[in-house]
Order: sequence, then structure tokens, then C-alpha cells
Amino acid sequence: MRELDVARITEAVKDLSIRTNIYLPDDVKKALRESLEREESPLGREILQVILDNHDIAEKEKMPICQDTGAAIVFLEVGQEVHLIGGAPEDAVNEGVRQGYSEAYLRKSMVADPVLKRKNTGDNTPAIIYTRIVPGDKVKIVFAPKGGGAENMSEVRMMTAADGIEGIKDFVVDRVSRSGGNPCPPIVVGVGLGGSFERCAMLAKEALMRTIGEPNPDPDFDVVEKELLRRINNLGIGPQGLGGRTTALAVHIKTVPCHIASMPVAVNIQCHVSRHGETII
Amino acid sequence: MKTVELRTPLDEKQISNLESGDKVYLSGEIYTARDAAHKRLVALIEEGKDLPFDLQGAVIYYVGPAPSKPGQVMNSAGPTTSYRMDSFTPLLLERGLKGTIGKGPRSMKVRDSMVKNGGIYFAAVGGAAAGIASTVKAAEVIAYDDLGPEAIRRLVVERMPLFVVNDTSGNDLFEAGVAEYRREE
Repeated sequence: MRELDVARITEAVKDLSIRTNIYLPDDVKKALRESLEREESPLGREILQVILDNHDIAEKEKMPICQDTGAAIVFLEVGQEVHLIGGAPEDAVNEGVRQGYSEAYLRKSMVADPVLKRKNTGDNTPAIIYTRIVPGDKVKIVFAPKGGGAENMSEVRMMTAADGIEGIKDFVVDRVSRSGGNPCPPIVVGVGLGGSFERCAMLAKEALMRTIGEPNPDPDFDVVEKELLRRINNLGIGPQGLGGRTTALAVHIKTVPCHIASMPVAVNIQCHVSRHGETII
Repeated sequence: MKTVELRTPLDEKQISNLESGDKVYLSGEIYTARDAAHKRLVALIEEGKDLPFDLQGAVIYYVGPAPSKPGQVMNSAGPTTSYRMDSFTPLLLERGLKGTIGKGPRSMKVRDSMVKNGGIYFAAVGGAAAGIASTVKAAEVIAYDDLGPEAIRRLVVERMPLFVVNDTSGNDLFEAGVAEYRREE
């Protein structure tokens, strides 16, 4: 057994929360730059340029790219040969969020009671944490600040086998169409297929972590992704929804097996500030 | 489409000159308010009480900024999605509000109210929050400090870049833009 103090997790989460909110992954920046070259709308091009300039300002001034520094989504993969000591892993994650959001002057966006009192917790905790036990002696932390505007445009639908792949495609395109300018396009579309009601939603979120430009490991779903991207960009929603040819930068699909009666489908929408980062301890 | 230099408070004449698609550089005092603050503002109006700022000719920016660092006027401060304020906006427009700034489209009720009461909806570029912050020259919390990022702030902005989405003639830049670039499959 490898002994690992959870203080290491706190340190890593703190670092990730700051880094991901200031520096956008290279693949997202590249996709935005390429979309600027393709965009036909003059207003769309102007908006894309403002978005690209903003990355430079954020990095130079060490300011968050977006004021909505998100709910802290954390995927924790703990190797089965790791013995965590020094406290509870979830407390360690939350402490990292608390320290990172405070130290870097990131916005605290969590309310304690979702409906009645809606009082801000003041430190952006609790993080939304998903833990998996995996082979090995490492701990992998994926950190993704998720803004509210795009998350609000997401949806789960329990479809059936009779709906087929065409039904799924129509649902995904319709979901993006109904979202219009709300989720801060150009967006990344995560699609989860299969599993159960909650599993497909998780898959959709995990799909957003994939590097833009990396093909789907399943060649059949790779074709579906490309068709969906074309159909979504033909909606004309464009940058910020003000019209144009760049509505989405990518569509990512993730699948798992499901029950014979079901065909769960989830669409998780991500804004152009598609932030995520990982650390392996 | 034209480029307009605009200064708050806004009056009927300034507003009637604006058309959907215009680019605007906005200067002067504006107020921040989003979900929780709107709920409180509308409750005050319904109770017949005074608001923490004068609505006449006012512009509200839908934003919850990141907290400022020591010595920094404004940290990142891009627009939030406007539809969440739609149910509150017509009442504020009836009481003198002239402009709102956010991202994403407005409901038909808000659009009708802007035509009826003389109001403009501006879009700022969502996610371009560090750049927008540089146009803010002064900021102070004037109400609801307990709401944290959702407190009402008075900002002094200089040449804040915006696009006119809805004008007083009922035009909508979202509808027009999407119609132009949509391709039927």
C-alpha cells in the first residue's frame, strides 16, 4: 500500500482551481482560433476576436477568463493500492476549493439551500465530487469549473430503442437550437448515451473533458459526432447567438451499455470557456 | 448599423436613435443586479418602498463579478444570462429603467415592454470578462452586501463595448442574425 496524505489532494485541487480558471486548454483556444478563420458573419468574427483577446488579458493580468468561475466539478480516481491518510478525501477536496477560490479571488457561486434560502456558502464549497476506485497506486484529479449559464441548457431524456439514432440526433440538435445564445456559444456539446437516468448525465459531463480534435474511439459514433456538428452549425446561432456559422466547436459522445427497455440520452452543454485540467499524484 | 457613443442616464431621444445591430460604447454610471437582487427590488416596488437607486434613465448590468483583488477596481465581470430576469424586467421598465445589459435573448413580454415603455437591451460578450473589467473605472456596493457577488453595485464605466439587441421598434438581433446564417438541411 502506498500511503498518501490527503493534504496532497488539497494542494492539487487548490492549484487546479486557480490554473483552470485563468488558463484555457490549448485545444479549446486552437478550436476558437480556427473558428475565427471560418466564420462568415462579420459580427461573429468580431465577437470571436473579443473572446480570443480576453484569453490574453486573463493570462497577463492573472484574472479569471470568465467571472463565473463555476461550480467545482471534481473527478477523483483513487488507485486501489493507495491508503489515504490525514483526513477524509472529500474534505480535502473542499479545502482545496476553499483555498484556491479565496487566494485567487475567484467568484463564490454556491448557495447552501438550492430553493428556499439560497444563501451563498461564501467559499464556493461544496465541490461536486465523483470518486472512482481504479487499479494502481496513483490518485488522478480532474477539475472542471462549470458555469451556470451553459449548465442550465442541459437535459436528460429517457428515449426508447424505437427512437433510434435519428431520434437521438434530432433531440441533440433541438436541445442546442432551443438554447440559442443562452449558453455562451460557441459551445461544446457533451452527449451521454446509455446507462441509466443518472449514468447518462455523468457520461455527458465526462464527454466534455475530451480533447477537442481527438476522434471518438468508436468510428460509428465518430461519424455521428461529425454529422451533429454540421447540423448544429447549420442552425445559424453563431457566436453569442447573434448569428453566424460557429455555434459549436465540437460534439463529444460517450456511451455505455443499457437496459433492453431503455435508451437514456443526456446533453450537457459547455460554454466557450471550456475549462478543465488534471493532476496525477 | 452604426457606432454610437452613449452616456447614462439615458433619455427618450438617445434611445429612439438606437437600432438593433448598432455598436455602442457606453459611459457613465450603471448598476449591477442579477437574480437575487431583482427579487428584492421587485418586492420593494410591490411594498411601495424606495429602491436603493434611481430607476429614471438607469441602466442595469446583469453581472455577478469576481471579487476584486486589493487595489483592483474590478475583477472579471462579464454578463450573465438575461432570461432569468425576464419576469422582473417589465415592472422595472414601467418605473423608468431604460437599459439592460446581459447575454442571450429576452422574452416576448420584455420585448413588448421595451417597445411600450422605451427601453433598450444590449448584449455584452459573455465570457469576455477580463476585458470588460478594464472598462470599469469605479465600483461600490450600494445595497445587499449580504448577497456577495449578487449585491447591487454602482459602476462607473468608460466606453464599455455593447451591441444593441432590442430597440424600441421591436427588432431583435438574435432573430435577424440566426435567420441570416441558418442553412436548411
